[in-house]
Amino acid sequence: MQNLDHIVAEALAEFAAINQMAELEQAKARYLGKTGLLTEQMKQLGKLSAEQRPAAGALINQAKEQIQQALEACRDALRQAELDSQLAADTLDVTLPGRGQGSGGLHPVTRTLARIQALFASLGFEVAEGPEIETDFYNFTALNIPENHPARAMHDTFYVDDKHLLRTHTSPVQIRYMQEHVPPLKIIAPGRVYRCDSDVTHTPMFHQVEGLWVDEDVSFAALKGVLADFMQRFFERDDLKVRFRPSFFPFTEPSAEMDIACVMCGGDGCRVCGHTGWLEVLGCGMVHPNVLGHVNVDSEKYLGFAFGMGVERLAMLRYSVDDLRLFFANDLRFLKQFN
Amino acid sequence: MKFSERWLRSLVNPALDSTALSHLLTMAGLEVEALEPVAAEFNGVVVGRVVAVAPHPDADRLRVCQVDAGGGETLQIVCGAPNVHEGARVPCAKIGAKLPGFEIKHAKLRGVASAGMLCSARELGLNDNIDGLLLLPADAPVGLDIRDYLHLDDTLYTLKLTPNRSDCLSLAGVAREVAALTETPLDLPQIAATPVTSTRTQSVEVAATSACPLYCGRVIEQVNATATTPDWMLERLLRSDVRPISALVDITNYVLLELGQPLHAFDAAKLSGTVRVRMAQPAENLRLLNEQAVVLDDDMLVIADDTGAQALAGILGGAASAVDDTTTTVFLEAAFFDPAAIAGRARRLGLSTDASHRFERGVDFAATRSALERASQLILEICDGAAGAITEISGALPQRQPIALRPARASKVLGITLDAQHVARLLSRLHISFSVEGENFRVTPPSYRFDLSIEEDLIEELARLYGYDNIPAQAPRANLTMLAQPEQQRDVDALRAQLVARDYQEVITYSFVDAAWEASFAPGTQAVALKNPIASQMGVMRSTLMGGLMDVLRSNLNRRQERVRIFETGRCYHALADGFDQPQRLAGLIYGGAVAEQWGTAVRGVDYFDLKADVEALCWPLSARFVKAEHPALHPGQSAQVWLGETCLGWLGALHPRLVQQYDLPSAPMWFELALVPLLARPVPRHAAQSRLQPVRRDLAVVVDASVNAQDLLEAMQLAAIPGLAELALFDVYRGKGIDSDKKSLAFRVLLQDTQKTFTDSEVDAVMAQLTELLKQKFNAQLRS
Repeated sequence: MQNLDHIVAEALAEFAAINQMAELEQAKARYLGKTGLLTEQMKQLGKLSAEQRPAAGALINQAKEQIQQALEACRDALRQAELDSQLAADTLDVTLPGRGQGSGGLHPVTRTLARIQALFASLGFEVAEGPEIETDFYNFTALNIPENHPARAMHDTFYVDDKHLLRTHTSPVQIRYMQEHVPPLKIIAPGRVYRCDSDVTHTPMFHQVEGLWVDEDVSFAALKGVLADFMQRFFERDDLKVRFRPSFFPFTEPSAEMDIACVMCGGDGCRVCGHTGWLEVLGCGMVHPNVLGHVNVDSEKYLGFAFGMGVERLAMLRYSVDDLRLFFANDLRFLKQFN
Repeated sequence: MKFSERWLRSLVNPALDSTALSHLLTMAGLEVEALEPVAAEFNGVVVGRVVAVAPHPDADRLRVCQVDAGGGETLQIVCGAPNVHEGARVPCAKIGAKLPGFEIKHAKLRGVASAGMLCSARELGLNDNIDGLLLLPADAPVGLDIRDYLHLDDTLYTLKLTPNRSDCLSLAGVAREVAALTETPLDLPQIAATPVTSTRTQSVEVAATSACPLYCGRVIEQVNATATTPDWMLERLLRSDVRPISALVDITNYVLLELGQPLHAFDAAKLSGTVRVRMAQPAENLRLLNEQAVVLDDDMLVIADDTGAQALAGILGGAASAVDDTTTTVFLEAAFFDPAAIAGRARRLGLSTDASHRFERGVDFAATRSALERASQLILEICDGAAGAITEISGALPQRQPIALRPARASKVLGITLDAQHVARLLSRLHISFSVEGENFRVTPPSYRFDLSIEEDLIEELARLYGYDNIPAQAPRANLTMLAQPEQQRDVDALRAQLVARDYQEVITYSFVDAAWEASFAPGTQAVALKNPIASQMGVMRSTLMGGLMDVLRSNLNRRQERVRIFETGRCYHALADGFDQPQRLAGLIYGGAVAEQWGTAVRGVDYFDLKADVEALCWPLSARFVKAEHPALHPGQSAQVWLGETCLGWLGALHPRLVQQYDLPSAPMWFELALVPLLARPVPRHAAQSRLQPVRRDLAVVVDASVNAQDLLEAMQLAAIPGLAELALFDVYRGKGIDSDKKSLAFRVLLQDTQKTFTDSEVDAVMAQLTELLKQKFNAQLRS
């Protein structure tokens, strides 16, 4: 029996010294394998008497149990050590930048247009489009601006030929849409427009959003409501002050110019608002009966309001851009600010 | 329209300060664009008389003056102005006076005491650039505050008038408007008929009766053309930015400002025979007052005599018949010209005059004759003379038809409640005549309003007086319906988002481009040219987005950007036989590193396949076909057309090396341009049963000629329509060791899967044999050993 104790002690010592899983398995074979020391002991049992055998067998099993437990413990320790070393080896500098493609961004005008469209979509306005090389008829005549009308002088027009021009506003989309659809209708028409004018505050191309709502029950009061709501939502200022002044557009009557309290100085007066405290942001009015007449809409039954706003102007105010020309210089350093 | 508030207040004087009056006008649609004081703020300056001038003992350029500034004592003032002289009356700032920026104190100038300062116009903040002291008239009362004497407590108004409000292009018109807005009495000048003391008349014929429905003229003899324009008139003219010329011209300009009626004074001695109002003869010549020689069109109206055109009617007089200092007899004209006969002509000749500005918009035809009387009255007052009888020729003047106005309709349009009483009150304030018929009104617009012809025009008038600000902002009322959301169509924003996610930056470039760009990137295309481009490098409409993208690339390379990935959406333009095609396009350009320089990825320039992956992503979930084709701006071996079904969407490829060199680029950019609308279509997904069985994968590697396109093999195998062929994809392309140099190896992954049963080995072998044979037949493909 001393022999058994000796074997167990020897095994435990041997296991403890091992640091490779393969060596441990070899060591295991030396004690528990087919020719292992304990297996040999079991084979010796046959030589004992029937009375001695159970007790001796129990002792051997006990020793075997001890060795197996030690073996398991050693295995666990080795596995843990292996894992630890693998984890250590795999450890990264997790602060290094991520790999691969970065992300780009939208032009600030597109971003502004998307914002305008989303706000009007929430009131059920659909988006309509029209050509940019437009006929004289759609750009002027159908909008109640006959030839030689002084209002034509206000539009510095690019001409393509005698009948065609680059649209000076997105208002012709009103006409095209009303030719194709019957009221009630609610649209906005975003897009590029062109005026033959270039200086610090004018670019020969810019963007407008035209809006049109024709229904039986719209009014100037509703026009004010919709546009005040829009400006307050666009600038995210519930208390943004607005005002409407009488103005003149041949295609609306009554017509109005809409001002908002200067978003730069809060109405106190600054360079941006020319020290007036107000910013002119939009022209609007009730659709002129002649315009409705051009597209065969009964102006006794239906009323409409229309408005047109400059997208760059709103983008400049929203994002504090102080030079209109930056929008079309396409300097990536400028553009990436809006990503 | 610029004028002095003092002048306006002489006609109507509401109890409002300048700021309030200006706000009132702006809110009534007469936008006050500028409001500026006539002079800077100062005080303590009086009219002084220089009694004596002596040299300064220690300074050559200074003089010691004795000045009577009223109040009994004489002030000693040292003055450096060269124009100071004994007897001069000048502004004198006394001790304690506050001038712009400084205060006058007792001082010693080079040892001589000075008790005040004699002032120049500039020192008083007056808009005047004359050097030296401001010399006042000899009758200026000594001691009077200069602000009172020169009427400096005045404000200049600049109105930005809309084209419909020609009635406010005069002081009388603005005053009329202010009177209506503030309900203040109006005090316009009384105009009496000038006594006729001369028998001279001028014969007049109006040939163009519809263009000139009213012509009034009169001769005034024995005028003194060198008379001095009185100060009160000069002050008003100058404060309206009208340059004084001579008394006769100043008077006509004054009446134009006062009443809005343009007048013209001819030198009667320079007219021969009958004055005729007629259309110009084709190519008729006329030298205008401004010395501009113009060739007239036959739709231009002229005032002619027997020798030819003497004035461009309603626009500008002629040089030959102009009044000057030697004039003794004038023929004074006041007419009403039809706006349609004047509009646009001045602009065509590169002119814009006070007269044309008014006649184009409409001048009060009921006041034509009284304006002539007003001018006659002023001429007789200032230049003397004897007036002849007025020759008046009138025809069909514009009619002011009564307009029906329904208070109920006005209420509906405006969204407020206006009852008949209220409407009547508002119309009365405007002095617009009306009659009542039951609930409704019949309104006759006044002759000076050219913007009131339909009910809506009157509704705007009511709204203006009611106050736009007093109309409540109302939430709109409508029947709610949802907007259509077609699922087979995606928004262009979805495409933009896809490119943004792939590291593209959106740009917006001008639609008009340099013709040279078109020649580079779209040779052979007839670009749509502008008739009046703003600059020669913006002369044609783009037929491709490539020029703009290349320009953005180059300008950013100049700004030291090394990697540029940009896209744009927008229209391109092509002339058609009967109009213009303006398709929307989407184009992108990538240049520089495939990814931004970074620690974990090797630096590699972008290539065709980087770009192609982006284009494939845009088409996803549809798969586009890429067909090798040549484009004049692209590398012939690295360019392809993009097809979706039967539609060619556009192109992709590497910029042609010739252009890379021409545009001085260090390496080739990759560019794609696609038609936008077909890209927006996408199928609505439809479920199909998934097989529960394991797929079988086999690889097929073949060797073909290097010139064979991989896509052709794939399409051929797909066309064979083999049952159970679930996926077919190219996974390797190899050229090099073990393969002949004019050959390449292509390896395909073949996945077989059936929904009903598992493929047996022999079935799989049969499929692979079928594919191998097919490729051998069509492409002479050999199985790679």
